[in-house]
Amino acid sequence: MKNLSYIMLLLIVAFGNVTAQQTPAKSQTEAITITGATAHIGNGEVIENSIIIFENGKITNIGVNGSATAKGKVIDASGKHVYPGFIAPNSTLGLVEIGAVRATDDDSEIGGFNPHIRSIIAYNAESKIVESMRPNGVLIAQTTPRGGWISGTSSIVQLDAWNWEDAALKTDDGIHLNWPSPFTRGRWWLGEDPGFKPNKKYTEQVIEINDYLYQVKATIQSNSGKKHLPHLAMAKIFDGSQTLFIHVSPEKAILDVLSFIKEQGIKKVVLVHADEAYKVANQLKQENIPVLLTRTHSTPNYEDDDYDLPYKNAKTLMDAGVLVALENSGQMERANARNLPFQAGTVAAHGLDKEKALQLITGNTAKILGIDDMVGTLEVGKDATLFISIGDALDMRTNQLEKAFIQGRDISLESHQTKLWKRYNNKYSK
Amino acid sequence: MKKLLLSLLVIFMGFTLNAQEYFPKNDGVKTSNSNYTVFTNAIIHTSPETEIKNGILIIQKGKIIQVGTSLTIPKNSIVIDLQGKHIYASFIDPYTNFGIKKPEKQGNPFGGNPQYDASREGYYWNDHIRPETNPLKDFSYDKKKAEKYIKEGFGTLNTHMPDGIIRGTGLLVALNNHGTEGERLISDASSQLLSFSKSAKSKQLYPTSLMGSMALLRQVYLDASWYAKGNTNNKDLSLEALNRNKNLPQIFEAGSRINGFRADKVGDEFNIQYIIVGGGDEYARIDKVKATNAKYILPLDFPEAYDVSDPYMAKLVSLGDMRHWNQAPTNPSVLAKNGIQFSLTTHKLKKIEDLTTRIEKAIEHGLDKQTALASLTTIPAQILGKGDILGAIKKGAYANFLITSQELFSKDNVIYENWVQGHKNIVNDMNTTDINGKYDLTLAGKTYELSISGKPAKPKAEVKFGETKLGSKITYKDDWVSITFTGIDTTKTQYTRIVTTINNNPKFWTGKAILPNGAETTFTAKQKPKEDTEKNEKKPEDKKEAPKVLPITYPNIAYGTSKLPKSENLLFKNATVWTNESEGILMETDVLVKDGKIAAIGKNLNSGNAKVIDATGKHLTSGIVDEHSHIAAAAINEAGHNSTAEVTIEDVVSPDDINMYRNLAGGVTSIQILHGSANPIGGRSAILKLKWGESAENLIYNNSPKFIKFALGENVKQSNWGDRERVRFPQTRMGVEQLYIDYFTRAKEYEQLKNSGKPYRKDIEMETLVEILNGKRYISCHSYVQSEINMLMKVAEKFNFRINTFTHILEGYKLADKMAAHGVGGSTFSDWWAYKYEVNDAIPYNATIMHNQGVTVAINSDDGEMSRRLNQEAAKSVKYGGVSEEDAWKFVTLNPAKLLHIDDRVGSIKVGKDADVVLWTDHPLSIYAKAEKTIIEGAIYFDLEKDKTNRKAIAKERNQLSTMLLKAKNNGLKTQPPKKKEKQHFHCDTVEHIH
Repeated sequence: MKNLSYIMLLLIVAFGNVTAQQTPAKSQTEAITITGATAHIGNGEVIENSIIIFENGKITNIGVNGSATAKGKVIDASGKHVYPGFIAPNSTLGLVEIGAVRATDDDSEIGGFNPHIRSIIAYNAESKIVESMRPNGVLIAQTTPRGGWISGTSSIVQLDAWNWEDAALKTDDGIHLNWPSPFTRGRWWLGEDPGFKPNKKYTEQVIEINDYLYQVKATIQSNSGKKHLPHLAMAKIFDGSQTLFIHVSPEKAILDVLSFIKEQGIKKVVLVHADEAYKVANQLKQENIPVLLTRTHSTPNYEDDDYDLPYKNAKTLMDAGVLVALENSGQMERANARNLPFQAGTVAAHGLDKEKALQLITGNTAKILGIDDMVGTLEVGKDATLFISIGDALDMRTNQLEKAFIQGRDISLESHQTKLWKRYNNKYSK
Repeated sequence: MKKLLLSLLVIFMGFTLNAQEYFPKNDGVKTSNSNYTVFTNAIIHTSPETEIKNGILIIQKGKIIQVGTSLTIPKNSIVIDLQGKHIYASFIDPYTNFGIKKPEKQGNPFGGNPQYDASREGYYWNDHIRPETNPLKDFSYDKKKAEKYIKEGFGTLNTHMPDGIIRGTGLLVALNNHGTEGERLISDASSQLLSFSKSAKSKQLYPTSLMGSMALLRQVYLDASWYAKGNTNNKDLSLEALNRNKNLPQIFEAGSRINGFRADKVGDEFNIQYIIVGGGDEYARIDKVKATNAKYILPLDFPEAYDVSDPYMAKLVSLGDMRHWNQAPTNPSVLAKNGIQFSLTTHKLKKIEDLTTRIEKAIEHGLDKQTALASLTTIPAQILGKGDILGAIKKGAYANFLITSQELFSKDNVIYENWVQGHKNIVNDMNTTDINGKYDLTLAGKTYELSISGKPAKPKAEVKFGETKLGSKITYKDDWVSITFTGIDTTKTQYTRIVTTINNNPKFWTGKAILPNGAETTFTAKQKPKEDTEKNEKKPEDKKEAPKVLPITYPNIAYGTSKLPKSENLLFKNATVWTNESEGILMETDVLVKDGKIAAIGKNLNSGNAKVIDATGKHLTSGIVDEHSHIAAAAINEAGHNSTAEVTIEDVVSPDDINMYRNLAGGVTSIQILHGSANPIGGRSAILKLKWGESAENLIYNNSPKFIKFALGENVKQSNWGDRERVRFPQTRMGVEQLYIDYFTRAKEYEQLKNSGKPYRKDIEMETLVEILNGKRYISCHSYVQSEINMLMKVAEKFNFRINTFTHILEGYKLADKMAAHGVGGSTFSDWWAYKYEVNDAIPYNATIMHNQGVTVAINSDDGEMSRRLNQEAAKSVKYGGVSEEDAWKFVTLNPAKLLHIDDRVGSIKVGKDADVVLWTDHPLSIYAKAEKTIIEGAIYFDLEKDKTNRKAIAKERNQLSTMLLKAKNNGLKTQPPKKKEKQHFHCDTVEHIH
């Protein structure tokens, strides 16, 4: 014990305060086989006592233990659980470090229509918050700009990288549109009631957004030779190669969004937040519109609502056949993104099957973000972005990671926080 | 014309009558008029309870000389015969700002540097205390507005400057449009007015909160009595005025039921019984309203119906607000039935003219007419201490009275005249001939049917030709009738006009007609016999149903209960019991709850008369205790001073917050509502049991341990408040230490003086700090960074006391050994960090390290959302650092109970402790656990099954009320757009604003 402390002390002296970030892991060189674990595939299926093999960053085999021969380094994970890396969509991870310190704040550009603004540029791969995601199993994020009517373009990153280029799984995956709210708050400082009331400018604001898209389409057709950067940045939402993420919550606004999509001929749309999507679940299913649902850990919007409305919301949508995943934007969204698994667990507590709850942060998210060819489930051919937990990873007691891999790379599960934990444990054990 | 001359004459007489005897006169000879005006044969309602039939009323020089039946009429009298008419005292409104403009807020509320000190010199240190205000210099008699009041029946108004917390004196003004200011002004110190709202004339910050207003009022009263004893060297015009105004009626604009309770509480502490200007929502907790023993002044601004025709918008309106629309008109009658005296006021009515319809509505909703009359006459007169001269028809009183056609508040009543100080004001000409009836109108060879109905002085006309109804308009004035109506061919725009005087024969008119083509001719109109027409009209009115009023609940919003839950004897069979005691976790065990306490724990317990609850496969724990909550409060931060030990959250507990119910659904039974972190010395706490439905005072623990919030770091330095906030000390952590040393040094000096027996100025802030020094009040200190945590412990040690709890304490792990040595507990977040610079080193292992070093550790929420899942937050300590499940569970139950010094009552399942328990569907630390039943002192406050029933009932009642709202809209009533009331989620950092 004494020796161990000594070694730890040495380590701390050597590295303790020098590196702000864990060193990204080296590429996978040797095949790795995990045996005996309960494999949660991320598509609703489970394999008890499984064998998982990955080579050169890709999963090459998964099945019941014994169905294949182990290769390379073998990790016995009997009694433990393997999950695909969790995905945090609609996140500002890496864009802001400390909420109250403006100098660290890079998530929101000025101006109303910013489709050309790209979040990937500001993504800080060495953020202390980013590294704190990994010990909870969150290994992938969609880093997303905020503000304005059109905030800009998001990108999808994996959370163990030297720089933003390394981090990018898929750059410029989608454009984010903030739909106007049919409700508005009173301006108390002018003596108005501070509550919510109908937004008189709603229609006007919807027209403004429609008009912008008509302009975009005209620009795309133009052969004047003059480049209009913001307009051109939106071209791909009309051919389906980029997704339009529409941030919208009230039922009426969602219905207006459905008309807007048809009117504008937008190919691929995802609703974000969508608190009240459950009220129009059938239409969403019919029109095949997926939802990145607002955080489970929130209070109901209305006094009369069921206390567990946010807890069961995802289940209602899933039962109706809507493709749904969880997102975590809102207050303290970056630090709390590591609680994504527990947000899914809460849905399971309120009636959803546990494996389906897992889909809300893995397989479904990957499908919605259009990265399901790479990640989201434990299937052959996909990235070996996965982790081993000693128990149920949706429950905080047992979400305890032993190992995590991103593209087969054996990543560090340490962080600024675990370093402090060790340093002070050591202080007291003297 | 004759009548017109007559009224001019009266006015003229009025002028001469009221010229002051000792005033010099240069525009003629000096005269005095001592003639009498006598009203005979009237039904005189001398008071709401008494009437004189065939009465005689004699007035002279603006006063009532005599009233009775067989009186001798002086020879020099003008006699007015009021056969069949009624006389009532004119109304009094005790709460207006008639003739006084409310000052406007100055400048941009976000502009300029914050102002901490007073703007004035020679007055109290706080600009919002203005008892010296005599609004006479700002008063300008508003004749036009007065006419509106006169038309509604008012003779006297109490008015004031509606500005500030103590607002100065009121003016009692007679609505004598013919007199001089000297005659009208009955009193320039009729009352003293108060409120919780700040003056618009000053930007002085303190108080920024409701509880600050309450604390300020208390200190002002203390200072006034100190000043009265001559202990102060300086001149303080405010305190002098306050002492002067002491014996006046004290009228407090509370504006809501609960603020009425708050005002009354402050008043009671100083033996002052305020007259409370209510909010119209008193009906929902009438017992408590009665317990104030206050007289009320009730506004009649019943909410307009919400327009729920668009269902997407309609959801903004909560069940509580819908109910309030439905129930508010019962407010006056509920008070009346409970024997609470009240006066009515036009305050808050958009138009004074709305008064009559609102009173009618209140009467429809059960208010008896006699009380309605008293609330406009005798009671306001009494409230203002002027019962001898106002509000009744009696000898010596002002000749302020109404002449009406019928009993007041009856459907067809018309106010004819409103006499004020002996001056006649004609509201409706009482000599108007009633021309209502049906007529045969013959004109240019055709006969039309003309019907005239409505109020005699303002009739409505309908003209029919055969079955065709024609558009028509009638004017009736000074005995002249003119009617315009459209042609028979409705496709053409054609008008026929007729005009005549009815002086010759009101039942048979002949007059001039002008045809659409401009030709003049004559017409006749002959009235049909009246009887058969009247019979037909009266019937539908009698059928009018009593309005449907839905029952109230406690609280009166969704998920409220019609009856408060009662303590039951319960036997939980076969549960996994988390005792939090040395017994640990007991499997398949029974727990008996009796008389609100844990009565027995064991196997195969006998149920006796207890209700048996099968808990097989379920877990029973003590209820969750949240050491750091901000729900159920109307205010959190008093940010106006760097120390606000004088304020207390107990003053502002809000029992109507739905988050209480939601917390119960998360297994929470006790909370400490802490003051926020806007200043180094914050306010005192309220410790509550979440007895959903109870009043604020019943939520607060009996013999509650005393706590106060302190705070350190960025918030108290105002680091994130913007660049203008650079004027309040301290701006650094260095300054924070000195602030504490300064305050505690002063508190010691204060105590020495107090104990010496010499006179001392009682200072609520210092009294609180002395309690801390003597270990009678505990500190829970908002803290992040180790340096400042260390500092506060050293400061406390210097003054020989101990810090009780560091709350947040995110760097507690860095000095857990020092904390253990000091004996302070740590109440922390499980995993919050990175939201500001000082939480950069916050780690989720904090609880574990502190726990391992022997610190009593709790996990708190500081958040109305997270508090619903504190069991999950506790479980994170198992993940981060491997705390045992049993200990982790104590982080949200026994340990916070210890930190709050309530562990002798709650926090574990132990025989004799309060039965505050939760039955969980699963392992309580598991993400999959739901609270199935949450019990406080043996009463079930949350039950999953009951919750399901509630949901159905809410949907049903919303639907029922929506239908009623739609009906109201279709009946043409005015509506308001749907609105959602602001329900602010408070955190430590929330600085709320009072306007």
